[in-house]
Amino acid sequence: MRRDLTTSLLAVVVMTVFLGLLYPLAITGVSQVLFPGKANGSKLSFDGRVVGSSLIGQDFKGKPAYFQSRPSATEYSGNVTYFSNLGPNSLEAREVVRKNLHRYLRREAPYDPALRADGTQSRDIGDFRSRRQLVPVDAVTESASGVDPHISQANAWIQAHRVAAVRHLPLSQVEDLISANTDGRSLGLLGEPGVNVLELNIALDKEAPLR
Amino acid sequence: MAQGWLQIAIFLAVLVALVKPVGIYMARVFTNQRVFLSPVVGPIERLAYKALRVRPDEGQDWKEYARSLIVFSLLFWIALYLILRTQGVHPFNPEGFHSASWDLNFNTTSSFITNTNWQYYGGETTLSYFSQMAGLAVQNFVSAAVGIAVVVALIRGIVARSGREIGNFWQDLVRILLYILVPISIIGALFLVSQGVIQSLGHATVIHTLAGGTQTLAQGPVASQEVIKELGTNGGGFFNVNSAFPFENSTGLTNFFELLLILVIPAALTYTYGRMVGSQRQGWAIFSAMLALFVVGVAVVYMAEQHGTPSQHLAGLNTHTFSGSTGGNMEGKEQRFGIADTSLWTAVTTVTSCGAVNGAFESLTGLGQAVPFANLGFSEVIFGGVGAGLYSMLLYVILAVFIGGLMVGRTPEYLGKKIQAREIKLVALGVLVTPLFTLLASGLASASGLGTRSIYAGINPQGFSETLYAYLSQANNNGSALAGYTGFIQPNAPGNAGAFGISFADLLGGAVMIGARFLPILFVLAVAGSLAGKKVSPAGLGTMRTDNPTFVFLLVGVVILVGALTFFPAILLGPIVQSLTTRLF
Repeated sequence: MRRDLTTSLLAVVVMTVFLGLLYPLAITGVSQVLFPGKANGSKLSFDGRVVGSSLIGQDFKGKPAYFQSRPSATEYSGNVTYFSNLGPNSLEAREVVRKNLHRYLRREAPYDPALRADGTQSRDIGDFRSRRQLVPVDAVTESASGVDPHISQANAWIQAHRVAAVRHLPLSQVEDLISANTDGRSLGLLGEPGVNVLELNIALDKEAPLR
Repeated sequence: MAQGWLQIAIFLAVLVALVKPVGIYMARVFTNQRVFLSPVVGPIERLAYKALRVRPDEGQDWKEYARSLIVFSLLFWIALYLILRTQGVHPFNPEGFHSASWDLNFNTTSSFITNTNWQYYGGETTLSYFSQMAGLAVQNFVSAAVGIAVVVALIRGIVARSGREIGNFWQDLVRILLYILVPISIIGALFLVSQGVIQSLGHATVIHTLAGGTQTLAQGPVASQEVIKELGTNGGGFFNVNSAFPFENSTGLTNFFELLLILVIPAALTYTYGRMVGSQRQGWAIFSAMLALFVVGVAVVYMAEQHGTPSQHLAGLNTHTFSGSTGGNMEGKEQRFGIADTSLWTAVTTVTSCGAVNGAFESLTGLGQAVPFANLGFSEVIFGGVGAGLYSMLLYVILAVFIGGLMVGRTPEYLGKKIQAREIKLVALGVLVTPLFTLLASGLASASGLGTRSIYAGINPQGFSETLYAYLSQANNNGSALAGYTGFIQPNAPGNAGAFGISFADLLGGAVMIGARFLPILFVLAVAGSLAGKKVSPAGLGTMRTDNPTFVFLLVGVVILVGALTFFPAILLGPIVQSLTTRLF
């Protein structure tokens, strides 16, 4: 028993020092030398200042000249994270999705001919039965991290109409930028392709500055 | 969906390919043979024995082995509690966090000592870098090594030709850490950083966003913790949303890599087992039973998630796949993982005792939730936690041998050792103690006002699911959650502010984790000791084989039977109800 106590005490100290301090500090040191950009959060600069991280989505609400990120339960917080925690049969979830659908259609339908091509030609938001058939799921559901850096390609193609119109750019130019800022599957196989919203918006600002 | 199935198939293929080499390597480590790392690690190993005053060649019987394990865990429990309690005075605390409340610290400490990593807190808003590194991440290594040590001891008991010794706990601990967990972690951590997982000690940085707002970007020593969190099937995220946060899991590739880390040791241990008992077929038989149950789970989650939820359909959302969109239930999922990889992760993290998540469990479809419930209900024997999975499965193997023996009317034998009353009593206790903790605790929490205050979803099937899952997860040392439960971890979430009953949930959960971890370990070590003393009798004509498909079928049957008899009624009330109705609550 005595020996177990002594050894345990020594083990607590030795393991805390080696596994708890030496190991993470050594990894930090090596990472800071080998991969300084990645280790510090893949920051993106534009116009001579850091504007964010390529891995962390941002809020573009109310800025029609920009592509919009997925809805977020955390208002795109980069340091306080939580899930929406709305269940599959939740009344609240239905209201959230419904509200997001309305908002999305109100924002995009005036610009996208496909979203309008429902036979009714109606601008009345209450009558959007077939237009909403084309809204991609990622556009109206909250991401897990609250800062999903990507939107689906379908989502980007729809938004391209609005961005092109607001910025007075040809649609094809915006679509080229979408392709250029799409992250494909890793190794062509793993994960899902997604359009990096912040990188795309930076590219837009570079190519066709606002103001 | 074809692309999704392909990704799942690739994952399974890579996993199966790793089983043999990793299994052989681990067997050599456990039997004190030379491995390719010996020239580097050997001197460190000898130094460690000297520093800890351990005589590695001194064998222990099961009681001595258990005593070392318990004393060691107890002292580490005290040390971790003290670290968390005095957080305010430690270095590496750029955000200036003070200690959380004592009851939360009790829960967190118990959670990490027991390899559970249940989290009633959000890491980035509660813990300093020091607490994460020197407190929690140390346990990610150590509690994993303890789990592996126990299964190694059990295997030694099964193969012992005579005598009572089942190895030396300290030697097992040191060798598992130095030869397996630490080397893989070093390489894995650097790989994760190279893919975008952060590793820094700086203060969170405030940036001005492109659209003219501000955003605070968290920092921290994440990669070094992320890798062992998966490898040791611990699962406690640096961030509250765990591996969904891009700084923990940045691409489809890191996701794939982290999934492999979670499963590689539990899966390869079956091969190690076959090698150590001298019959590879025995190992493959257990692997096959695990794989069969696993694949069914993955398929069910994937199909369920691709279908979408009643809430989404009733809101008028079309959840079908079309060009450029995954379709399906994307609530609480990340675009870069999509439906397939989130579903795969859901199954992987709940068959093992990992519990890390890359999406929101609470927002899974009803049927998608039913699979994690079932995986936990089967007491995590489908691969399971590192070490814990295999030792729990071996209890079921002995149970299956016993039931098979009753059916054919012969004294049950396993690998030449007679299974008698003492072993069966211990096995039954070992199998039943986890469900017992789960059901008692969730019953208590559901029936008392203190318990129901922790619920976020309200008094409805989802709210019941939250409660049951909380105690299933803690009793099985898993740590994943329907994360609405308790509210304390999410002070900013709507409707969660100032939730009561946190002490009750903290204390009950902490007690459940400790009981459901260490009691089964004691029973397993007792079985090991009991088997070690038995003579090996040669297999005769009437001996039931334990390495053929018939036995695999029997084993799967026993696992399902025990799990279903225990949990089916309870699971009916939660996820099954939700998957059968389109009613909203």
